[in-house]
Amino acid sequence: MVDTSQVDWKAIDSRPEFQELHRKKMGFLWGLMIFSLIYYFLLPIGAAYFQEVYKIKVWGPVNVGILFALSQFVVAWFLAFWYARRANAVFDPMAAEIVRDAEKRMGGTK
Amino acid sequence: MSTRRFALFAGAISVAAIATPALAQGAVASQWRWLTFVVFGAIIAVTMYVTYLAAKRVKNVADFYAAGGGVSGLQNGWAIAGDYLSAASFLGIAGLISLYGYDGFMYSVGWLVAYITVLLVIAEPCRNIGKYTLSDILAYRNNQKAARIVGALSTITVSTFYLTAQMVGGGVLVKTLIGIDYEISVMAVGVLMLAYVLFGGMVATTWVQIIKAILLVTASILLVMLVWTPYGFSLPGFLTAVIGDAKVQGQVALLLGDAAKNMTPGELGQRFLEPGLLFKAPIDQISLGMALVFGTAGMPHILMRFFTVPTAQDARKSVIWAMAIIGGFYVLTLFLGMGAAMHVGAVNIKAIDAGGNMAGPLLAQYVGGGPDSMLGNLFLAFVAAVAFATIVAVVAGLVLAAASAMAHDLYVGVIREDHVSQQEQVRAARIATVIVGAMAITIGILAKGQNVAHLVALAFAVASSANFPCVLLTLFWKRCNTGGIVLGMVVGTLTAIGLVLVSPNITYPLAVKAAQEKVVAAETANLAKFNADLTAATEAPAQDKLKAAIAKSEKAKAAADARIKEIGNDRTSIMGLEKPLFDLRNPGLISIPLGFLAVILGSLLYRDKRSEDLWDELYVRQSTGLLLAKPVAH
Repeated sequence: MVDTSQVDWKAIDSRPEFQELHRKKMGFLWGLMIFSLIYYFLLPIGAAYFQEVYKIKVWGPVNVGILFALSQFVVAWFLAFWYARRANAVFDPMAAEIVRDAEKRMGGTK
Repeated sequence: MSTRRFALFAGAISVAAIATPALAQGAVASQWRWLTFVVFGAIIAVTMYVTYLAAKRVKNVADFYAAGGGVSGLQNGWAIAGDYLSAASFLGIAGLISLYGYDGFMYSVGWLVAYITVLLVIAEPCRNIGKYTLSDILAYRNNQKAARIVGALSTITVSTFYLTAQMVGGGVLVKTLIGIDYEISVMAVGVLMLAYVLFGGMVATTWVQIIKAILLVTASILLVMLVWTPYGFSLPGFLTAVIGDAKVQGQVALLLGDAAKNMTPGELGQRFLEPGLLFKAPIDQISLGMALVFGTAGMPHILMRFFTVPTAQDARKSVIWAMAIIGGFYVLTLFLGMGAAMHVGAVNIKAIDAGGNMAGPLLAQYVGGGPDSMLGNLFLAFVAAVAFATIVAVVAGLVLAAASAMAHDLYVGVIREDHVSQQEQVRAARIATVIVGAMAITIGILAKGQNVAHLVALAFAVASSANFPCVLLTLFWKRCNTGGIVLGMVVGTLTAIGLVLVSPNITYPLAVKAAQEKVVAAETANLAKFNADLTAATEAPAQDKLKAAIAKSEKAKAAADARIKEIGNDRTSIMGLEKPLFDLRNPGLISIPLGFLAVILGSLLYRDKRSEDLWDELYVRQSTGLLLAKPVAH
């Protein structure tokens, strides 16, 4: 079990660096989450109420419905890739900085 | 556990496998059955060897539950894909596409989108603050005992539903494919799974998942290449061939009934690529989508996978890999299902399994050269063996999740209050594994012949209505506390199960009786017509055809009569209802919001100082990974 009592959590939480990480990360995460939910639920809703649109043929027998369903895969992959890039480039370095600083304050006990 | 004991166990399994008697008729013709056993044997031998290697590495409790945190992101990605591509999703979705076209494909989308939720809000925080189980997360800042008890109960509930569906599905599958008795199939799945988990813990379970996922993806890519090559890898070219096929057009005509009367064959074919052949109730569809998208993130055996990687970065990487593999697999499934619809045909697929589960295996047989060729049977044998490995591997993951809830949360955490030595913890984990394994085999055998398809949906409903709101809010909402967790778990679980119990998923004797009486009436009319035709028919071939039709009709009528007799004077379902109280087959639309509401209300009504005091600690740790326990080096 890790000993958590040696860290002043409240102090870290109230530091501007942590608050900035929190703000940036939450805005991005929930934005992506809400977008992905809306995009996904459009598929069954469209299949139920906009069948005529789904039936429009665009590429041989391939219709709008098939392209929309396939686009779900592309969009899901894209969102995942975007999140990973953003996390690697922005969130990870910010978190690492906070961890380094906290470990220094703990007096190098780690 | 000693390697000698493992050798004995493995020996006993091989003897049992060779001595397996009682072969009935299956999809694999009897003269080719040895091929299936050779492929089965090879896969079992490889996984057993891996288990033997893993057994040497399982030294402490972290190894048993979490593979010592030493799994890489890529490996874990494959293992997650292995856990997820259960028989239900791999055989089931290909089957749905082969029978219903577009709707089947649309159904597969939700299974991938679910991982966005896992990626964004679950994987990394759970890695940063968790240890072995779902309850570890819930107990972090809440009352230890209360959180562990509700978390463990819900884990065991979800795992048992999923497990039962897998065991019954697995037994039926093996019986259908190679004709081994149902009971023996269930026991074979159970005993093999026990060998993996008991001796190799999470290390072996992870590797079995990886091997199985690689086999599954390889087999699918190979099949799709063979099916798609003749059309020069053109999507419109391939689909044009599919919709131009008379078998596909016939299936659409059958599904549409009277509505198909004025449609040309071309229109019927095109209809296969349009929505509405399977899903008639859009609200139900959305409700199911909610259960998938939020339920995956609350599945204990999926959550557990994030404790096997060393850091949050690896957890993230593993979800990205899993999404690439799972999504790619479902795109391949589109070709497998459509290919099966064209080459095998809905009639032949349904003849072996009404739910369409045999579409993939039968397509493999077709592209290899058909039922009479050796290559065709080798392909079928390979796909059958992969399906078998799939069930064993998924069951292993579920048993490990349920056993960890029992041993780590209930026994070590609640009963012994964490005063347990390492060795004793490992022993408790193994004993719990045997208990859960024995339970799975027993339930599997008792549930023979039951319709368990809705149990997978029920597992997702409970995971999304109880586990997901509790985990999400304890990670992200400061005021969430013990009261919220307990109320959320109880309300989420009970409403999900309760709504299913009064839904159309349950058997209603009156409705069944009415449907069967219709069958009897229709077949009686058919028989009268056939008999009249027979008297009029003069040529031998026509007479033979009619005689065959009469035999078939009589059989169908007798089956319906037997079913009516079986029901007798029953009027009500197991809940004492004559008809469903609630129209949705999937309760998510109602139970998920109720679950969230219960967590919020419970938290607001109950004051828990500890939960609030620990918020800063939990939140800083979950977002930064500070003080993340370093994995033990091997």
